[in-house]
Order: sequence, then structure tokens, then C-alpha cells
Amino acid sequence: MSATIKPVNQKAWFLILPVLICVAFSAIMPLMTVINYSVQDIISPTQKVFVGTEWFASVMRDEELHGALLRQLLFSLSVLVVELPLGILLALAMPAEGWKSSATLVIVSLSLLIPWNVVGTIWQIFGRADIGLMGYGLHALGIDYSYTGNPLHAWLTVLLMDVWHWTPLIGLLGYAGLRSIPDAYYQAASIDGASKAAVFWYVQLPKMRGVLMIGVLLRLMDSFMIYTEPFVLTGGGPGNSTTFLSQFLTQKAVGQFDLGPAAAFSLIYFLIILLMCFILYNWMQRVGTQEKEGAHE
Amino acid sequence: MNKGKFQKRSIFMVAYIVFALLPIYWMINMSFKTNTEILASFSLLPTHFTWANYKLILTDSSWYMGYVNSLIYVGINTVISLTVALPAAYAFSRYSFLGDKHVFFWLLTNRMTPPAVFLLPFFQLYTTVGLMDTHIAVALAHLLFNVPLAVWILEGFMSGIPREIDETAYIDGYSFPKFFVRIFLPLIKAGVGVAAFFCFMFSWVELLLARTLTSVDAKPIVSTMTRTVSASGMDWATLAAAGVLTIVPGAIVIWFVRNYIAKGFAMGRV
Repeated sequence: MSATIKPVNQKAWFLILPVLICVAFSAIMPLMTVINYSVQDIISPTQKVFVGTEWFASVMRDEELHGALLRQLLFSLSVLVVELPLGILLALAMPAEGWKSSATLVIVSLSLLIPWNVVGTIWQIFGRADIGLMGYGLHALGIDYSYTGNPLHAWLTVLLMDVWHWTPLIGLLGYAGLRSIPDAYYQAASIDGASKAAVFWYVQLPKMRGVLMIGVLLRLMDSFMIYTEPFVLTGGGPGNSTTFLSQFLTQKAVGQFDLGPAAAFSLIYFLIILLMCFILYNWMQRVGTQEKEGAHE
Repeated sequence: MNKGKFQKRSIFMVAYIVFALLPIYWMINMSFKTNTEILASFSLLPTHFTWANYKLILTDSSWYMGYVNSLIYVGINTVISLTVALPAAYAFSRYSFLGDKHVFFWLLTNRMTPPAVFLLPFFQLYTTVGLMDTHIAVALAHLLFNVPLAVWILEGFMSGIPREIDETAYIDGYSFPKFFVRIFLPLIKAGVGVAAFFCFMFSWVELLLARTLTSVDAKPIVSTMTRTVSASGMDWATLAAAGVLTIVPGAIVIWFVRNYIAKGFAMGRV
């Protein structure tokens, strides 16, 4: 939300009431149930023991979890570092009008529309050295590529798959943001004799900031919860090199039927994502207001 | 200088399009092969071209009904999401009220819940209210992540519209609903287009909730696809064909909203 002063109107609550009802219906009950699980030892549906914070303590001490968390942080950071600049470049490079813009819009958004399990499956074949285009191509170039044998290759493949899959999200948001800049801004910039770089830094980027913030937050939280694609592609391996948090959690919840620890884990997980998004959101808000103040001075 | 820049952009664009299309080309290539051919050798084009995979999907009702079911709940979800998000986004962008910033951020936190553990409570909740295996159930469950997304995107675009426009309209005697539909909506159509596409997209590809809340009558295509993985091995060819067909509805949606996104809102011309 922008930092400009808005009139106070408590009746605005009526406008957001439908949203609250829709979201709360699906949000509150499941969350309460999970909190309920996280403080109990569920031996059978009729036998439950209150254990307090025991699950939280044991989950926090789990060595495997620390490993998964570190891998997750590294992965999400890499996703943002690659996809944000690439997405902005994409938004700038996409043609503004004519049939070319229609065609690129459709082509660019294709990867977003493929169900995530199919994305994993396609890349599984695509990366195979014997029958897949990418694996075959890399071998033809003399690279001994194998996403099933080499942990680094597996990790890079998951990252490349994510870049392919999700860069269009940033690109489309940025593109819609760019299209909303009135021509007058560009005219004013060209009268001032501003260079392309100056136009980008002082006109385009600040105007895209709002939509890019949504894009960055979405990518951060979605990459933090990435599950289906690496699960299908690598199954978390080789070793546990591509076992990220979500898969680790699912192993606990589904594989071992430990509802209590799994619930405690998912609450901690939720709080980590919440904290990171909160910090990022406030930081980006502050950068935005400083820029605005700077522009007024 | 201008021309050099232009060429650099075109080269980047072409390179990106190639990168974006290569895996999709491979999927299309696979969808016209038989399973034996896919696994036997590397070939850039199918040597024994076959329509059999598409024929299987388009003639077997348990397959094609998956598309119909998905389209029904995705459609319901997109319409509800936008309908409730538009007034809310307007409220967030125009007024300050008690707890506005907190509610705004809270909305987004609903996208942050790791699904694996939340599936069981969801199952219990929808069984209790008697909505299991209905399109409405999936549509309602998907509101959890689509409504916040729509509110955030729309708020971003609405905040770009100067408030003077609202005030002028009220002075001219427009009522709020009339102003909103006649004047305000056309100004933010880029945002509405993007929000509609993203709601469609996220609901279309979501697997875990949709699979948990349906069994037969409302079974979505993403869930139907999982049956290509069986004890006898993967049915790669059918999966590839089904994958190609899942792109089609979304591509049509983006085709329809493309003009809204590309033209953007006409702030300069107001």
C-alpha cells in the first residue's frame, strides 16, 4: 500500500467484509486444527495426550531439519537473484503493441499453465542424456551431465526448471506495470535528455515497484513451499541434495504418520516464511517511500 | 544508439522465447510418439507419428471430464475472487481504517501455509459441511490463495490512479457503483486482466487441495493425470498429450485478456 495520506473511513470495512468471509472460511478452521495437533500426542483418534511445546522443541533440534532449511534458504535466494533481473529484462524486452506483443504474451505465459507434476515429468525426460533434448545436447557439447547422479547437476536442474517455470510471472507483472506508465513521463524524460539507463532507474523501475513487490513476495513464498516439481524430477536426491523443506515435512507427515511433530513443524515453517516476507515487505516499502521523498526534495 | 538497443532487446527476446519453448516443444514431440519410441531412442521429430494419445484422452470420458470439472471450478473461483477482491482492493487503496495495514498483510499470509499438513483439516472441514466431491468445494478452497493475490494485484494498480478522478466523478453526481463500473474499472483493466489470468492459472494447476477434496464427480484433470504413473511404469506419451491439452484453456484466456494487459490503463488520456 502506498504511503500517501488517505482519508479515514471506517465504513471501508464493509467493502472488505466479503473478502474476509471468503478467506476466513478456509483459513481459520484448518489453522486451529493444526495448532491443536501441534500440542498433543495423538496415539489414536480417541487417545490424545497434551504435550505442550515438546514437539516444537524436538523439531527445532532436528539436525536434518537444519540441513533442509539451509538448502531451502540457498535455493529461494538463488531463485530470487536469477528470476527478478531476468523477469525485469523480459518485461522491458517484450514488444509493446501489435501482433508481436500478443504472440509473446501467449508464448511467455505458456510455462505457467502446465500443472506442476507435468512440469517435473517433462524435465525428467528433457534432461535425460539418452532420450531428452537438454541431456542429449549437453552430452553432445562434451559435458558429462546427469541429474540423477551428480548432486550439483540435480540442484542446477531444479533451479533451471524453476527459472523456466516462474520467470514469466515476474515478466508479466512487470510488463503490465510498464504499460501503465503514461507517455507523458517518457516525453518529459526525453525533453530532459535522459539516457536509457536514467529512464529505467528513475521512471520505469519506480513505476514497476508496486507490481514487482507482489512478484518478489510471491516467488519468495512459493519457492519456499516448492514440492511437486523436485519431487517428480529428482525425488529429493541424489542423497538429499534437492530435499527442500516441504518435502522433508511431507515425509514426516505422510511417511511416518507423526501428526504432532508434523503440525509443529508446519507452524514453524509458516512462521519462517511469514517473518521473511514481513522483513522484505517492510524493507521494500521503506525503499519506496525514501525514493518518493527524494524525488520531492 | 537507439537501433543498437533495439537489436539487443530483440536478441534477448528471441533467446528467451527459444528457452521458453524448448521444453514445451519436447512435450509436444513426446505427445505424438508411442511409449516405446519415447524410451527407445532420441529423435527430434516423431518417426512413427500417432494421434493415439490425443484420441485416448478425447474419447475416454474419465479423461475429458477432468478438463470439464477443472474448468467449472476454476471458472467459479475466478469469478468469485475478482468480485470480492475489487471492492476490497478499492477500500485498501483509497481509505485508511482501523487495522487496514494488518488485514492487508494478513491476507497474504494465507498463501504461506505449507499444504501437506493442512490437507487433513481441510478434508475434515469440507466433510463436516457436506461439500466433499463438489466443484464448489474446490472453488471455495482455492479462494484461500486467489483472493489475497487478486486483492494485492488490484490494489497495486488502483493506487496508480489519482484520487482526483474519484472526487471529480462524485462531484459530477455519479453514485459509487456507477462510478466504479463506468469510470474506474476501465482505468484498471490491465490489473483486472492480470489478476484474472493469475487466479485462473493458480487454480488451474493446484493439485493437492483439488485432489483431496474430490473423488469422482468433480475430479480435476491434474488429479486424473496422476494415474499415468502406475505399477507397470509411466505412461509418458499420454501424460505429454494431457499436458499439451492443459495448456490450451489458459492460452485462450491469455489471448482474451492480452489487449487489457498490453494497452494498460489510459492514465495519460483521462
